[in-house]
Amino acid sequence: MDRLVRENFLPVRIPVRGNPGAMERWNVQWTPTIVLVGADGKEHHRIEGFLEADDFLAQLHLGLGHVAFAAKDWESAGKHFEEVLERFPSSDAAPEAQYWRGVTRYKASNDPAALGATAKAFQERYADSTWAKKASIWG
Amino acid sequence: MIDWRTDVDAALEESARTHRPVLLDFTAAPT
Repeated sequence: MDRLVRENFLPVRIPVRGNPGAMERWNVQWTPTIVLVGADGKEHHRIEGFLEADDFLAQLHLGLGHVAFAAKDWESAGKHFEEVLERFPSSDAAPEAQYWRGVTRYKASNDPAALGATAKAFQERYADSTWAKKASIWG
Repeated sequence: MIDWRTDVDAALEESARTHRPVLLDFTAAPT
């Protein structure tokens, strides 16, 4: 985890005691909370509550995917969403990554078939997830 | 080891220059 953080982020630790302004600024209600902010200064992903290492790593990759997606860097976004699916297929982040991988492929290609393929993929994997319901409209 | 920073605005400025995202870790633990 240290390596992923070191190589991909500018990490800032904010002890909540003595920093009510920072909590209000980023709308933090509880700890631990991780907020991922893009180069545009906007929040793109949030992790609230404790997670085991693999789930946490999966969430960091998911967040990197969202940051890249917001920057319209489809290649990087796709790689991060794919990383979640390949390395952490049992994580809670995986169905969300599968959804956004489909959206990223559509954005990159402008081909609606990418969405249809994603809906089909959800029939085979993560069919009971909320993200499968969201993708069902593409089928 | 992660080299944690403490200045949010400095990190945001660096992020705008380098395009590396900022990870804000709000913790109850003392530093």
